[in-house]
Amino acid sequence: MTRIAKRPPLGAFTLASDRWTEPFWDAAEEHRLTCARCGACGHFRMPPTPFCPVCRSQSIEWPTLPGTGTLYSYTIVERATLPGTEHTIPYVPAVVTLDGADGRRMVTNIVDSAIDAVRIGAPVHVVFDTLEDGTVIPRFRLGESAA
Amino acid sequence: MEHGSAAGRSTVSTRFALRDRTAIVGLGATPYVKRGHSAPQTLEELVGKAIIAAANDAGVAVPDIDGFAYFAGGFDTGYLMETLGIRDCGFTASLTGSGGGSAGAVGLASAAILSGHAETVVVVGAVQQGTLRYGAIPTSYAASPESSFYQSAGLVGPGHMFALLARRHMHLHGTTRDHFADVAITVRDNAVGHPTALMQKPLTRDEYFAAPMISDPHCLYDFCLETDGAVAVIVTSTERARDLKQRPVLVHASAHGGAGEWARSIYWMDMPDETFASSGHAAIARRLFAAADVDVGGIDTAQIYDHFTSQVLMQLEDYGFCGKGEGGLFVASGAVARNGRLPINTDGGQLSGGYIWGMSHVREAVEQLRGTAHHQVAGARTALVTGGPSNVPVSGLILRSDR
Repeated sequence: MTRIAKRPPLGAFTLASDRWTEPFWDAAEEHRLTCARCGACGHFRMPPTPFCPVCRSQSIEWPTLPGTGTLYSYTIVERATLPGTEHTIPYVPAVVTLDGADGRRMVTNIVDSAIDAVRIGAPVHVVFDTLEDGTVIPRFRLGESAA
Repeated sequence: MEHGSAAGRSTVSTRFALRDRTAIVGLGATPYVKRGHSAPQTLEELVGKAIIAAANDAGVAVPDIDGFAYFAGGFDTGYLMETLGIRDCGFTASLTGSGGGSAGAVGLASAAILSGHAETVVVVGAVQQGTLRYGAIPTSYAASPESSFYQSAGLVGPGHMFALLARRHMHLHGTTRDHFADVAITVRDNAVGHPTALMQKPLTRDEYFAAPMISDPHCLYDFCLETDGAVAVIVTSTERARDLKQRPVLVHASAHGGAGEWARSIYWMDMPDETFASSGHAAIARRLFAAADVDVGGIDTAQIYDHFTSQVLMQLEDYGFCGKGEGGLFVASGAVARNGRLPINTDGGQLSGGYIWGMSHVREAVEQLRGTAHHQVAGARTALVTGGPSNVPVSGLILRSDR
C-alpha cells in the first residue's frame, strides 16, 4: 500500500508575525510564494529579518518566486511526539531550495506525495494549505508542477 | 606567554591565559533516573543536592562557594544562596542558548576566577522532564515571527531537526544506519556494568534495526535517554586546588560560541552546503586547539555530546578525529570503542547512561582524569568534552590531569 505524506500536527501552532515577516504570509494568502530580498544589495534571506546580514540595509523587497524548488533534505516522522497527534503520522518535514531565490532554503513539508518517492534532489512545487484560522501555509508536493 | 609576542595575535594570547590556571576540584551528582522518577523532589532540590555533594567531594564548605556559572539560562542564584546558606556571591552568569553551553560553562567558571570575580565557583546543570519533555522543548517556547517558519512545518523537537542533517549526511557521504548503530552499540557497551548508567543490557544490531523508527533516519536507539538528575562541579584556582582533597583536574582550554553561518542552524536550516550536515563544532574546535598545547592526536578520551548518534559522527569529523564525511567509517573501524584509539562516552553517554544536558560528560571526563572511572582508559591524561550540537553557542572543553 502506498503511504502518502500527511499534514504535520499544528494543534498548538498560532502564526506570529511582525512587519518583517507579514508580507510573506500575506503573499501566501494570495497563493503567491515569495522570499525576502534586500532592496539595497539584492541578497535573499529566509526567514525574513529586520536587517540584511550582508549590508545591514532595512530596505526589503518581496519578489514572486516561480513556486518550484529542489528537495534538499527531509525526515519521515513515524511517531507522534505530542499525545493526540497520531493521526498526522507519517508526515515529512523538509528543507527545500527555492528556485529564483539564489539558493535560499525554506523549512516546510512534503505533502500529498508517495513516501517511497521522497528523495533528496527531487523537484517539488508549492501548494497552499489553509488552516482553520485562515492562516495560509506554503508546502510542497513532489513533481515539477501541479500538472 | 611567548605566543603573545607575535603581532596581531593579541586575541589568541588572551585565550591562552586560561591554560591550566584553574581546576575542577569537586564532583557531585544525584542518581540518574528515568524521566519523572525524581518526583517529588523539585528541580531546585536536585540542583542543591548536586552542589552539596560537589562541595563535600572537594572538601569545600558549601557557604564558601562564591560564584555560579551556568548554561542554558541557569538557575535562580538568589534561591540557591538562601536555601544552601551561601554567604556572599561575586559571580553569577550563564551562557546563552541551551545544552550547547554545558562544556563551556566550565570555561565561564574559569573566567570568573581568573578575572578575580570569585574564588570558588560551582557549575551546575540539571534536568527534570516529568512535565516538559525535552523532545518537544521547542513547543514550550512562545510563538515568534521567526519560529513560525519552522513550527508550521511540524518540527516539534530536536529529533526532527537533527534527522534533517543526518539524512543529508547520508546523501553526501554514504553514511548508513549501520554507522549510527555502531555508535549506539559502542556507547551501550560502556553503559553495561557502569554504576551510574540507566541501560544495563547490551544492544545487538538486530535489536537496533528492529526498533521503531521515530524520525527517519533516526530510530529509537539513535535518541538519547529522557532522564532526571543533576551534576555539579566546583572550580577554583589551580594553586588553591593543590591544597584541597582531590587530585585536581586542570581546565586546559575552553571555547564556546560558533560560526555565524551556524548561528540559527537547526531552526533556520540555511547553513552553507559545506556545513549543513555537520555539528557546528568546527569553529569551536579551531578556537579550542588554538588555545591548547595539544592537537587532536593528544586527546586520550572524548566525552562527546550524544543526544543523537548521527551528531556523534559529525562531531568526530568537526574536531578532526577523522576527515569530513568519514565519521561513519571511523566508528565502524572500532576507533571509539574502549579498546580503540579514542574511547568515547565511557560512562554510557547520554544515549545509554543518562541525559543530564551535557553535564554527565563533564563528570565522566573528570573521573577519567582522576583515574577513578569505572571504565578507566589506561593512562588518560587529556580529555575532550563537548557541549550540544545546537544553535550557537556550542562549546568544547579540554581537561587535563595535574602533572
